[in-house]
Amino acid sequence: MAKSKLTVNGTAQEVDCDPATPLLYVLRNTLNLKGAKFGCGLEQCGACAVLIDGEPVLSCVRAVSEFDGQNITTVEGLSENGEPNAVQRAFIAESAAQCGYCTSGLVVATTALLKRNPQPSREDINEALADHLCRCGSHVRVLKAIDRLAAAGGSHDR
Amino acid sequence: MTASLEKQPNLDQWLAITGDGRVVVRSGKVDIGQRISTALAAIAAEELDVSLDRIAMATVETGVSPDEGVTSGSNSMQDSGQAIRLAGATARRYLINKAAAQLDVEPASLEIADGLIRSRDTNRSVNYWELQGDQPFEVPIDPEATVKAPGDYEEVGNPQTARGLADLVTGQPIFVHDMNPPGMLHARVIRPPHYHARLHALDESACERIETSGVRVVRDGSHLAVAGADEYAVVKAAERLAAAADWDMRGGLPTADIFDAMKTNERVSLPVADGIPRREPVPDLPDPPADVATTLTARYEKPYHMHGSLGPSAALAQTDGDKIHIWTHSQGIYVLREALAGGLGMAEEDLHIVHVPGAGCYGHNGADDVAVDAALVARALPGTPILLKWTREDEHAWEPYSTCMAMAVQASLDAEGNVVAWSQESYGDTFMMRPRNSPPGEGARRLLPLRYIENGAEDPVPQPAMRYHVGIHRNLDPLYKFPNPRLVKNLVRGLPLRTSALRTLGGFANVYAIECFLDELAEAAGIDPVEFRLRHLDDDRAKACVQALADSLFKDSKPDNRGRGIGFAQYTNSKAYSAVGVELEVSDDAAIKLHRAVVSVDAGQVVDPDGLIMQSEGGFIQAASWALHEEVKFDRDGVTSRDWDSYPILRFDNIPEIETILIDRPGDPYLGAGEAVSGPAGAAIANAVYDTTGLRLRRMPFTPEALRAAAMS
Repeated sequence: MAKSKLTVNGTAQEVDCDPATPLLYVLRNTLNLKGAKFGCGLEQCGACAVLIDGEPVLSCVRAVSEFDGQNITTVEGLSENGEPNAVQRAFIAESAAQCGYCTSGLVVATTALLKRNPQPSREDINEALADHLCRCGSHVRVLKAIDRLAAAGGSHDR
Repeated sequence: MTASLEKQPNLDQWLAITGDGRVVVRSGKVDIGQRISTALAAIAAEELDVSLDRIAMATVETGVSPDEGVTSGSNSMQDSGQAIRLAGATARRYLINKAAAQLDVEPASLEIADGLIRSRDTNRSVNYWELQGDQPFEVPIDPEATVKAPGDYEEVGNPQTARGLADLVTGQPIFVHDMNPPGMLHARVIRPPHYHARLHALDESACERIETSGVRVVRDGSHLAVAGADEYAVVKAAERLAAAADWDMRGGLPTADIFDAMKTNERVSLPVADGIPRREPVPDLPDPPADVATTLTARYEKPYHMHGSLGPSAALAQTDGDKIHIWTHSQGIYVLREALAGGLGMAEEDLHIVHVPGAGCYGHNGADDVAVDAALVARALPGTPILLKWTREDEHAWEPYSTCMAMAVQASLDAEGNVVAWSQESYGDTFMMRPRNSPPGEGARRLLPLRYIENGAEDPVPQPAMRYHVGIHRNLDPLYKFPNPRLVKNLVRGLPLRTSALRTLGGFANVYAIECFLDELAEAAGIDPVEFRLRHLDDDRAKACVQALADSLFKDSKPDNRGRGIGFAQYTNSKAYSAVGVELEVSDDAAIKLHRAVVSVDAGQVVDPDGLIMQSEGGFIQAASWALHEEVKFDRDGVTSRDWDSYPILRFDNIPEIETILIDRPGDPYLGAGEAVSGPAGAAIANAVYDTTGLRLRRMPFTPEALRAAAMS
């Protein structure tokens, strides 16, 4: 057991666990943040994506000890005062989810993409979402949600 | 009357009015991302004249919800939708009559707005919640109840937001994987290397070390599991236990080429007429009529496909005395209860099964089996809630797949280009292995974990499904007017992998074969593929669907280097009609790039247009993924497609623009639409590849290697 210091969704946390524990398990079980999902445990599907200092990172393999002292934002932390943020609202407006299991990861990846690049080309989008799988076939709607946000001229807030 | 209503004829089984201003709607159909709860809520709100936000869709659970079998076969709108529609209409009339008596006015003088019943004559009013709050109706549903006229619809057919969408995009804990009751232990199961292996020996000292570390080892025969409070410790313990297990491999999986095996293995062959197999001898394939102009033959093939749910299956189970409670994403809680009660020798009443969302799958994935795994561990640790999750490898290697199939077709054309003879034989393993317990004993055979416990069940022996358009013979019967088609289903024995229901069952493969072969015939006849289809159809809705697709797909001339192809089917010849067009390009490295898809759908009265469009888009994308990429691979030692690298699927970089044309039929019956698009989509892709390359792709997947091989031959 060892202590790791993390800042998660703006709150400083000290977690005491096996330092080899993948970050995802700490978020879901220790901190009870169920937004990031276990999809493969192999960094192949994107369901577990979170933001580390604003950059998307897959959380299912890398140990919590690697993230000591870092700023972590999960999909829960993107909401503002309990209300969906611009990316989340765009996903709702375009019905960009069916079963929704991949959705947290896609919302996180989209948020990071648009912060970096408010008007991404299709190639930029493909690259940003290359690690993200969706089995229900909601891709078209995710792309529309991103188009909607890009058309809003990067006025989204994150 | 639908089976759902026959089984649950009473209004209280479907609807309740609460004292706090809500309408609770009970359906036996579960939401797996197909938005059925959104559509059912709209129907209930419409018939009852209440606002949508008053509708509470009840959790689906045994003992409370109507038993509507399995959420499958695109039946939910036709079964549950129609039942809830009639329940709403019956309740509305009941409430009007009750209000009329209470207000002492004529029922005809009453009008309803959001549950407020008001008399136009006296202006007196009473609302549903005062009138009926928390009281049973105690009346049967009237199958002849007058339903609302489509012209009066306020909710049905209008744009709706999917229920629960805000929870999904904000990461709320709605999945069974997210459950966390007090005292819960996480659990994992340790599977053998392949189906036939059984535990030979277990290193007991390794088990002791695991137990000493605080993780429980639960063993029943060859069924191994670990459970503990710390999930990561359980994951590590599962790895250690797997390393401590010595398996008797018992020969391994058959390694003969599956497409050869479908030609040579023992099989049950039955002729099919009007969509139904007959217990009769298979007629020989006759020689073509003497005066035909052309006779063509072809054999189309598809490999095994997996559901590939994005989240591995999971379930929570807890015993309570003699009872077991199970929370599961199974698509059939009542059939799971029947099978598991049979398998464990329990009374059905002692199993309480609650549906909780899981990752979408569109078929029979690991959901039912993991529920049994969880129940076995819960039984060994009485009273403790057990959340058992499969790993990615478990899901990929152990879910029941969609069978490989082969379709041998032959047809003859007369001099005018009319099909005058048609034969199709379809081959494959079963699609019909969902849980059930008939005949007795079948429950244990159909639930995977019960084959591995001490004195476990034998593997099930599939019997040919005999109902209309199921299994291998789903959409075997072409909708086209071909004289006396010769149709045969062949249930092949001895194929290597475990199979069951996946979206469309045999429909995907059969429509792929029919619709590609039609293009081959059209070319032989020198007739445009659209015209060739239209001349062989006599159903006006089918023709309108094909025409709507063609009008859009071919509106503009295609860019250079691109190919276009179409496909059409009416799902099970009785559900939604769909025509699909594809425009694609084949790159220099033989990869297929999808540029554009057009889908036309006639699903009768449209309830939730955006939901219907999403089902169509999702059906297209899943089919494109099957066609371009997917193939379950295996060797003697087991399945080798154990992750997303070894079983690739379609990604964001190959998603085309998709235009969906809805052909609304106000007032017509709902036609199930969740599986209508996939078959035509697979065929349209193959036909478009031919259009641009001249290569007929008769075996999936259409990988660059397959295209290069086709070009060489």
